[in-house]
Amino acid sequence: MYKTPDGKEVFVLDCHTHFWDGSPANQANVHGKQFVECFYAYHTNLSPKEELWEKSRFEKYSEDDIYRDLFVNGPDDMAIIQTTVLKDFYKNGFGCIERSTQMAKRHPGRFIVNGSFDPRDGEKALEYIHYMKETYDIQGVKMYTAEWNGASKGWKLTDPDAYRCFELCEKLGIKNIHVHKGPTIIPLSKDAFSVEDVDGAATDFQNLNWIVEHCGLPRLDDFCWIATQETNVYGGLAVALPFIHTRPRYFAEVIAELLFWIGPDKILFGSDYAIWTPKWLVEKFWNFQLPEDIAAERGVQLTDEIKEKILGLNAARLYGIDVAAKRAELAQSPVRIAAE
Amino acid sequence: MAVQIRGALARDVWRRLSAVTDPELDEPITDMGFVERLDIVAGSEVEIDFRLPTYWCSPNFAFLMADGIRRAALSLPWVQRATVRLQDHCFADQVNEGVNGARNFEAVFADLTDGSNLSEVREKFREKAFQRRQEAVLLALKAVGMTPARITAMTLQDYDTLGLIRAPEAAAQKPRYREILIEEGLACLPEDPVFVTWQGERIVAEGLADHLASLRSVRINMEFNGALCRGLQASRYKEVDLSSGEPELIDFILGRVPPAPHRAPQG
Repeated sequence: MYKTPDGKEVFVLDCHTHFWDGSPANQANVHGKQFVECFYAYHTNLSPKEELWEKSRFEKYSEDDIYRDLFVNGPDDMAIIQTTVLKDFYKNGFGCIERSTQMAKRHPGRFIVNGSFDPRDGEKALEYIHYMKETYDIQGVKMYTAEWNGASKGWKLTDPDAYRCFELCEKLGIKNIHVHKGPTIIPLSKDAFSVEDVDGAATDFQNLNWIVEHCGLPRLDDFCWIATQETNVYGGLAVALPFIHTRPRYFAEVIAELLFWIGPDKILFGSDYAIWTPKWLVEKFWNFQLPEDIAAERGVQLTDEIKEKILGLNAARLYGIDVAAKRAELAQSPVRIAAE
Repeated sequence: MAVQIRGALARDVWRRLSAVTDPELDEPITDMGFVERLDIVAGSEVEIDFRLPTYWCSPNFAFLMADGIRRAALSLPWVQRATVRLQDHCFADQVNEGVNGARNFEAVFADLTDGSNLSEVREKFREKAFQRRQEAVLLALKAVGMTPARITAMTLQDYDTLGLIRAPEAAAQKPRYREILIEEGLACLPEDPVFVTWQGERIVAEGLADHLASLRSVRINMEFNGALCRGLQASRYKEVDLSSGEPELIDFILGRVPPAPHRAPQG
């Protein structure tokens, strides 16, 4: 929970976090090395100086680290861990559901661990979705359409194999489909930044929620257009939010566009931990005011009420969390300082 | 790491390279600090190495830049041969093979591109560059109090005689917009309107606000890439601003202590 300067308690549901192992011991090849190095470059370039980590800790952080950074030092009430396997780059996967679930078990009620699958695996993908539902009771999945798989360097949400998977998700009640649409790895001449496939998939699967991580940046206009048309498309702020520190005016323009087009009920906070930590992001966001000219140009406001929605209430709705009940439950098990 | 440019021939090449832009950012590769090495061999052969902000930068843009670099070098009459090498990139071998050999992008990446072609990408980003330069000029003219009617009525001749003493930003952007307008044939004669869409349609006064809103969304997208690229590049190239003179935490983390002698930041 985030306590505002005037004492108000704000519920924080961090929709985009990772529990990864990108250490050299787990890297399968040079791609694995370069992947985590690219993340580290994001970390070093958009974080305030006092929030920087050493590279070895960034490559692989402990169960105690994540708990402390999110809930003890950080303001999160709950966090969603997204699974990103990258099996071609990492021997045991980068961020895996097994490892995340094992960690999350230590802290009941704090984490939601989402699954992931690759539709190009065909029948195996369908079997795996069943397995994840039965074993982990997943409520959501993270889709990484630019992931390599053998000769394939990417896929689309509207591929027939993907549709079969989403049909199964719908049937099993796996409702929240998080899609990475942001800074892209390996866009060849096909436009891998494209968010168009979200439009088709969201239209054809009205009962699923489509959370577009990174708001499709650098295709914000296309994303806004789609999210305005489709009632079941949401925008995740991961990667957009850290600009609040390095380039606050730019962040103001982005959030003003989002508020103008998709409105305050469909924007979701995500720290993208461990690329960034939620403490400074939430503090800066709460204290942020839209510059007058930008607010006037788009005719939007970023009020405290809207900030509360973005920080937790919107995501709580998608994940069926009763915020009052959750607060009472968490009050029974306050954060404990991890023994180190 | 700043590239060393020594001698008249190297400077000759360097000046040509400043016309090669990163298609996605619309900024000269020489300002972005992408060029790592420029050597002249036997008085007529040019060797150029370049590196992008990440290992993952889009191969189509990498290919466009590599091709642009080679053409820029070969445009000098004394250059007999130009060899371009992209370094530390996930598709470095393919790009280098294609650019220095006879194979085009489509052939090199045939199994990965769904048959779409590179000139479409080039065209798309040329349009974005045009829009971004136009927005900068339009905003600057608005800022000095020019009305929409006066802005949209402007001809190339009016544009060329504009005095922008009170508006340094507009003055800086003015020639860049003019350059792309002329190169793309969107205005040729003195009486041609100077503010047109990429499709060549004149912008009308009543439509200026909407037009500016659409240009803004183009800029927001481009700035996202630009800000990330500059940031990632700064860390990859291990450039650091040591303006305080004292090493900070970041320098220890990145192993820069003791710090290198201070260098003027590039670009």
